[in-house]
Amino acid sequence: MLKQPTPESAPIVKKRISDPLPVQIVLIGLTLLFFITFIFLPLGLVFAQAFSKGWEYYLESIREPYALEAVKLTLTTVAIVVPLNALFGVTAAWAITKFNFRGKAALKTLLDLPFAVSPVIAGLIFVLLVGSRTPFGSWLGEQGIKIIFSTPGIVIATLFVTFPFVARELIPLMEAQGRDEEEAALTLGARGWQIFGKITLPNIRWGLLYGMILCSARSIGEFGAVSVVSGHIRGQTNTIPLHVEILYSEYNFAASFSVASILVFLALLTVGVKVTLEKQFQKNSFHH
Amino acid sequence: MGIELQNITKKFTGYTALDNISLNVASGELVALLGPSGCGKTTLLRIIAGLELPDSGKIILENKDTTNLPPRKKNVGFVFQHYALFRRLTVFENVAFGLKVLPMRERPSRSAIQERVEHLLKLVQMDWAIKRYPSQLSGGQRQRVALARALAVNPKVLLLDEPFSALDAKVRQELRRWLRKLHDEIHVTSIFVTHDQEEALELADRIVVINKGRIEQLGTPQEVYDHPVNAFVYNFLGNVNVFHGRIKEGKVTLGTHHLDAPDELKNTEERPSQAFVRPHEIGISRIRSNETDLAGTIQEVRLMGGQIGLNLECEGFEHPIEAEIPRDLYINLQLSRGEKVFVSLNRVKVFTGDYAI
Repeated sequence: MLKQPTPESAPIVKKRISDPLPVQIVLIGLTLLFFITFIFLPLGLVFAQAFSKGWEYYLESIREPYALEAVKLTLTTVAIVVPLNALFGVTAAWAITKFNFRGKAALKTLLDLPFAVSPVIAGLIFVLLVGSRTPFGSWLGEQGIKIIFSTPGIVIATLFVTFPFVARELIPLMEAQGRDEEEAALTLGARGWQIFGKITLPNIRWGLLYGMILCSARSIGEFGAVSVVSGHIRGQTNTIPLHVEILYSEYNFAASFSVASILVFLALLTVGVKVTLEKQFQKNSFHH
Repeated sequence: MGIELQNITKKFTGYTALDNISLNVASGELVALLGPSGCGKTTLLRIIAGLELPDSGKIILENKDTTNLPPRKKNVGFVFQHYALFRRLTVFENVAFGLKVLPMRERPSRSAIQERVEHLLKLVQMDWAIKRYPSQLSGGQRQRVALARALAVNPKVLLLDEPFSALDAKVRQELRRWLRKLHDEIHVTSIFVTHDQEEALELADRIVVINKGRIEQLGTPQEVYDHPVNAFVYNFLGNVNVFHGRIKEGKVTLGTHHLDAPDELKNTEERPSQAFVRPHEIGISRIRSNETDLAGTIQEVRLMGGQIGLNLECEGFEHPIEAEIPRDLYINLQLSRGEKVFVSLNRVKVFTGDYAI
């Protein structure tokens, strides 16, 4: 039999379920310290450096043609990579969760490979595969197709590095939802594309969007893999992170941090969208 | 004939789910597939619906061979154990789904769909919830909507996979009676899967008892309950007391006790046998009315609603015997724990197979 807590016993219960005050203070203090040192302080420094030579220099640095080209290249890459990886992620998650086939477990593990491999190595793989000194690369060169040191290479490297995001978001979601609804639709006479459009896609849409946000964030910020395949040609193969790095190594700190502030804005934007979506996601997952 | 299954076999890696099953279901009949979990009954249902393919055998629905047709061409209504309603669609959209996915030339007009959905929701007494989402309904209500959804496409055959097992006892019983009534109204050939013998006995026109991928017995609830063909069926259809003994010279040994063997086993040579008695077929009295009555002591008393359950320790028996007696009798005989009573075993069923419980 459970007893109602008496007034005397109530404080004892309270003490037991929460940690002692000093522990709380230490934990919260440590967390705050970490946040200040590793997030707020650097963020502040980025803007302080960016504006160190005044507003006008800031605007000039981000309006300069090479900077604009870098922004354009980064956004182009995101615009190609995110839809392709969304498509790939949905296909992979669908295959892994709705069918049983040989090598399914292996495929699921391989999905994480791009996260496990260092981005520099990921870039090098493509240089070794389609670089101008390889047979395939030189054949492509003869056809007038350039991959390494040009936009396709950057897109492919980013594609590789970001491909797990959508699939990893969808697989647990689709596993939890099971096949019941699809099977019900099947017995009701629906065809494959009708089932996908009317049942599966609406059920996974928030997870899919969430995965795409993460994928965008990483595509914008990717440095290592892109650095290897880009060749750093100003105004042609420089993405925002690469441009920031070049300016920095030229000791042009103010310009470098001005361009970096664009990255910060894009990052804050994606985090904002992510938070909004998460709220939606939670609200919607009550509809079970 | 509504459903004809011919020699259906299905093997999964490591075990045989269905072993050469043949079964006929007449048009308009309501048949229960009854068996323990893992016996293959759900696999059989999914094969009829086309959600799984058999390794061999034929499925004939309304005289048409549908063995290799995809589910959408089978015209079968399927009701899932966990409802499987479309969570993003309203009750209306759920029921209308099967009509809206029809090819353009077969699809009814908007108003015809509206009318049909309203009619079906009235039939399952869910018309008040037409604009709700599945998450706003209780389990029993969801299952009714799922049934309306399955009926919307005018299926030739209705298949129900443990339709009530996710519901609580009270709702389960209510919905069970309601489904029987509904079936009497619409007469669609139906098969439902269950592991609950009470449900099968109450609801079905005929029961198919399945064990380890084979049909053990097929018959009306009365036949199956009163004349189980083997120990498995007898045991599966309700609580039983099992007595392991030997059969010898026309007598069955139960503990230190001897009973006349049933006629068909009168002349067998000596061998192990099992005797079964249902708890409610055990007689309890204060006086010895028959020389075969056993003397026993009440060890435990359990209240079971209208019935009283007794555990009886009887001379010469290793395990206590379970009995169920009406409450009135319990009160009239002024029984309680520790009292001495006489126990008579009625309708003892003897099997000699090597079936083990």
